[in-house]
Amino acid sequence: MSDTPKIEVSRRGFLKSAGLTAATTVLDTATALAQDAHQAASHGAAVGPDAVPIKLHVNGQDHAVTVEPRYTLAETLRDHLNLTGTKVVCDRGSCSACTLWIDGTPELACMTLAVDAVGRKITTIEGLSHGEQLHPLQAAFIKHDAMQCGFCTPGMVMSCAALLKRNANPSLADVKHAVSGNLCRCGTYPKVFDATLDAAKHGTMSSHLLNLNPAKEG
Amino acid sequence: MTHESFIALQEQQAQQKPNDQPKSVRKGVEGEAKPTRQAEKKDEQTPPVSQAAAATRMEAFVFGIPQDGLSKKERQVPLDEPPALPPNSDLTFIGKPTPRWDGPQKVSGRGKYTADVHLPGMLHARMIDASIPHGRITSIDTSAAEKLPGVKAVHVIEHTMGIAELRDPKQELPSKYPVIRYAGQPIAGVAATSPQIAEDAAALIKVTYDEMPFVVDRQAARAEDAPKVFPGPADAAGSAGGGGGPKDVRQVGNVHGPQLKKIGDVEQGYSEADAIVESEYFTQVQTHSALETHGFVVDWKPEEITVYASTQGTASVRDEFAEVFKVPKSQVRVITEYMGGGFGAKFGAGNEGVVAANLSRKASAPVKLMLDRRQEHINCNRPDSHQKLKIGAKKDGTLTAITLTSYGSAGVGTGAGTAGPATNLYKCPNLLTEEYDVFINAGPGAAFRAPGHPQGCFAFEQAIDEMAVKLNIDPLDFRDKIDESPARRVERNVIREKTNWKNRRPAGSDQGPVKRGMGIAQSVWYRFINMDSSCEVRVSKDGSVELMSSVQDLGTGTKTLLALIVAEEFGIPPSDVVVRIGDTRYPIGPNSGGSVTAGSITPAVRNAAWQAKQKLFAVAAPKLGTSAENLTVKGTKVVCKDDESKSFTIRQLASKMPTSEISARVTRGPEYAKERLTYGGVDYVELAVDTETGRVHVEKVFGAHDCGRPINPLGVISQINGGMLQGISYALFEERIMDRNKGYMLNANLENYKILGAREVPEIHVELVENYIAMSSTDAAGIGESAGIITMAAAIGNAFYNATGVRMRKIPMTPANVLAALGKLEPGERA
Repeated sequence: MSDTPKIEVSRRGFLKSAGLTAATTVLDTATALAQDAHQAASHGAAVGPDAVPIKLHVNGQDHAVTVEPRYTLAETLRDHLNLTGTKVVCDRGSCSACTLWIDGTPELACMTLAVDAVGRKITTIEGLSHGEQLHPLQAAFIKHDAMQCGFCTPGMVMSCAALLKRNANPSLADVKHAVSGNLCRCGTYPKVFDATLDAAKHGTMSSHLLNLNPAKEG
Repeated sequence: MTHESFIALQEQQAQQKPNDQPKSVRKGVEGEAKPTRQAEKKDEQTPPVSQAAAATRMEAFVFGIPQDGLSKKERQVPLDEPPALPPNSDLTFIGKPTPRWDGPQKVSGRGKYTADVHLPGMLHARMIDASIPHGRITSIDTSAAEKLPGVKAVHVIEHTMGIAELRDPKQELPSKYPVIRYAGQPIAGVAATSPQIAEDAAALIKVTYDEMPFVVDRQAARAEDAPKVFPGPADAAGSAGGGGGPKDVRQVGNVHGPQLKKIGDVEQGYSEADAIVESEYFTQVQTHSALETHGFVVDWKPEEITVYASTQGTASVRDEFAEVFKVPKSQVRVITEYMGGGFGAKFGAGNEGVVAANLSRKASAPVKLMLDRRQEHINCNRPDSHQKLKIGAKKDGTLTAITLTSYGSAGVGTGAGTAGPATNLYKCPNLLTEEYDVFINAGPGAAFRAPGHPQGCFAFEQAIDEMAVKLNIDPLDFRDKIDESPARRVERNVIREKTNWKNRRPAGSDQGPVKRGMGIAQSVWYRFINMDSSCEVRVSKDGSVELMSSVQDLGTGTKTLLALIVAEEFGIPPSDVVVRIGDTRYPIGPNSGGSVTAGSITPAVRNAAWQAKQKLFAVAAPKLGTSAENLTVKGTKVVCKDDESKSFTIRQLASKMPTSEISARVTRGPEYAKERLTYGGVDYVELAVDTETGRVHVEKVFGAHDCGRPINPLGVISQINGGMLQGISYALFEERIMDRNKGYMLNANLENYKILGAREVPEIHVELVENYIAMSSTDAAGIGESAGIITMAAAIGNAFYNATGVRMRKIPMTPANVLAALGKLEPGERA
C-alpha cells in the first residue's frame, strides 16, 4: 500500500491547511477536488492512499463523500450513503448481486472503484422507483413472486430493467442471457423470467401487474 | 437434526395430553425441555389456558384429499379455539395465490438485512481464521493490529463453537488456545472504524502454529493409520435446525458410530426375496452458500444486548447468547427483519456472534461482523456420503428387506446419516441401517434442507427403480405397490396424467450421441411441531390490526402466510394486516428448521385472531343493536347471521370499542390427535445426456407435492421451484474440493464452486395436492424440506438410466464423472 505513488498534494493535508469553516465551502472544495481526483485518475496519475473527497452523482443527486481510493463503489454507497439496496455477496464480480447502472449500463458495484465513478451517472435500485411508484418491472416481480429471501433481487431487477430498456420485447432466451450472471440461491429464476416477460408485455402499466389483494379481484 | 431425533422430539410432543402445558422445546437434537414461562400465560386479556383447555367441544373437520373426495373428521378441540376451517375452495384469502407481503420493500432495496444495519458509532469487524488444517496455536500476536489507527478492539476466541467436543478433554494436552482442526477455523476478531481498516488489521495479526498431521478425505480418514482429527471419542451438538449425530456411540479412529436401526431380520427377508439389487453410491459435500453470509450486529449495553442476526431462529440466538454470556434471556434482544437465506445453517450465536458481542463489549460500541464469502463456504455444509444399499423384493413387488450402511463426513462435526428415505418411504418388514460419521479436518456440517435425505434418496430411489427394472414393473406402478401414503398415490396419478410418462421408452432407446430419458423419485418428510409458537393479535380503535411474534421470515414468506391467516379471520385484505415479526420482544415464535414454521405458528395466529375478533364482537355488537353471537365474518364483511343484508366493516366495529385496543395472546396447543404424519412429493424429470461431452441437460421438471392445507400457493410454489433448482444444482454442479496436500478448500468462492444459474433452469411445473389432516385449527404445514431438494438427484439418476442404460451412482454428474460412468475415459484418465 505504501508503495503506491502519491499525487503531489496530500488531500487530507490540503483540507486541513485550507482552514475551512462553512459546510458549503467544504462541498465546493470537495467538488473541485473530486474533479481534480477524477482528472488525476483519468490521466493515469495516482491518488491516495489517503482518503480523497469525491462527488458521486447517484439517482439524480450529487453526494460529496470522502473515501480512500481503494473503496469500491458498492462499499461507498452502502457504508457512506446508506444506499444498502445494492447488495454485496461475493465481492469479486462472480454473482452480480451488486448490479447497478453506470451511465445507463449495468455494471458491478463491487468491481468499480468509487473514484472511477466520479462524473458518471449512477442509478441504484433505490433510484429505479419514484417514491411509492414502483417501476413496472418491480411491480411484475411482486406479482410473480420473483423473490424469496430477496438478497439477489435488487441485482436481478437492475439486470432485467436494463434489458427492457434496450429491448422492449425480449424472448425467454434474452431474459436468461440478461441474468446469466445473477446468482440466486433460493431458486427464483423461473419467476424472474415470468416477471420480466410480463412487464415487457404490459409496458408501463404497472397497475395491471400488481394487485396485492387477490380477493378484491373476485 | 437427524430424522430420528426429529421423530423423538415429535413423539415427546405428541404424548402430551390436551390439558398439558406445552412443554418441550428447543435446542434441536437434545430436545432439551425447558419450563414454560408461567408469567406469560397470565395475560389479562386471554382466558387462563388451563381452564380454557380443560373445556373442549367436538368439532367436525374437513379431512382427506380433494381428488379422493373429502370427508369429515371429528376432533375434540379446546373451547377457546375457532370453528373448523372449510376447505380452501370456500375461503376468501387462504389458499389464494398472494403476492409477498414485504415484496415492495424487497424489490426496491428498502428491506434492511443484518448486513445493511448501520447504527451510530458502529464499528466494522473481521474474523481471522486458521491457515492450517490441524495443529496447536503457539502464539497470537495482536499488538501490531491494536496499534493501527482506527482499530478499537481485538478478541481472541477462547472456545470455538460448532466443532465436536472430546468426551474426555483430558485426552488432549491443555492449551491456551483452542486446537485448530480445520483450515478456516475462526481464531479471533478485530473491530475498527471501517471495514477496510479491519481488513488491514486482520492481516497484521500474527498466529504461529505447531502443525499436526491432517486428513481431508473421507475414505482416507477411515484407515486405521490415518491422522486422527480427535485423539479420542468426540460428539457434536446439533442446532435447532438439526445437524449433530448420535452421542456416546463407539468411535474407532475417525469413525464415529454406527447409529444402528434394526427391524425384523434382513437375512430372513433376503431369503424370501425373488430379486435383490445391491450397489454403492457416492455423494459430495455441498455448501449452503446463502447469499447473505452468517453475520451479526451486536450493540452491547449493560442494560440490554441488542443483536441483529441473520438467523433462522431469533429465539435460539437469544438462548445461545444468554447461555454463552451468562446473562438473563430478558436482557438479550434479537432482531431479524429481513434475512438473506439460511437453508438450515443459521440458528445459534455461532463464533461470529460471540466474537461480535465480545468486540462490542470491549469497544463500548455497536459492532457489525459478517463472514466473507470464503468463510461462508467453510463455515457450514451438507455432509458427503458413501452408501452401500441392498434391497430384496418378491416378484409382485413386495419389499422383503433393506440394508443400508453409510459413511459420511460432516468434517469436524457429526450428523452425516442418510437412512431417512430407506427407513420411512416404504413399508418393509426387515430393515437394517448402520450410519457412521467420519471425522476429517474440514469445516463442520450443518443442517441443510432435509438433512440426510437428498443423499439417502439419491441411493434409495435409484435402487427402487433398479428393482422395478429387474421385476419388469413400471416404476410408478411399483411404488403404488409399496407406498402407503395416500397423498403420494394421488401425486403419482398427477404425474401419469400431466407428464410425458406414458411415452416413456425402454432404457437407452436413442441411437445418436444425445440421449433423452425421463425418471421420477419420491420424497418423505415429517410433521414436526414446535410448541414455542406464540403470538399476539391486536386491534386498535381505528380498525387497524397487528400481529406480533418473534418468528422470522427467511424468505419463505412467513409474513405473507401469517397476514393471510389474520386476513381470513377479520375479512380484511392481507396487505392491511400489519405483521411485526423477527424480534424477541414479541411473544416467542418457533425457530425455522425442519419445515416446522407454518405448521407450528399458524394455529396460534388463527386462534389469537379469532379470540381478538370475539372480544371485538362482544364490545361492539350491543352498540350496533345486535349480539356478538349474531355476528360473523363473511368474505370481506361482518354480517348479521339473522339478516345478512345488515353488514359492517371491522373499522365500524372497532370505532365502538370502549378502550383504545383489544388484544389476544395465544400459545399453540397440542395437535388434535396423536398421529405420526409425513409429507412428501413425487418429482418427474426429463433430460438429455450428451454422451460425447458428458453434459447432462435437465429439460423439464414436474413436481406434485403436498403440505397439508396450502395457505399461500404462490409462496409454496416458489419454495418448491427453489428446492428443485437446489436439487438440480446438487446433482449436476456443486462440490466442495479439498486440497489433499494443503488441507484447505480450493473453491471457496462463487466462480469455482459452481451453482446452477439462469441458463441451467429447466421448464418447471408444480401441482399442489391439498391434504386436510385435521390436526390443528389451520392444518397448515411447511414445504421447505420436501420441496424437491430431496428427489432431484435421484430423479435425474433414474432419468439418466432411462436415457443411457447406465446408472450414475456418483454425484455431481459433471462431464468427467458422466464420461467415467459411460466408460469413455481413456486409460489413465481420471474423472
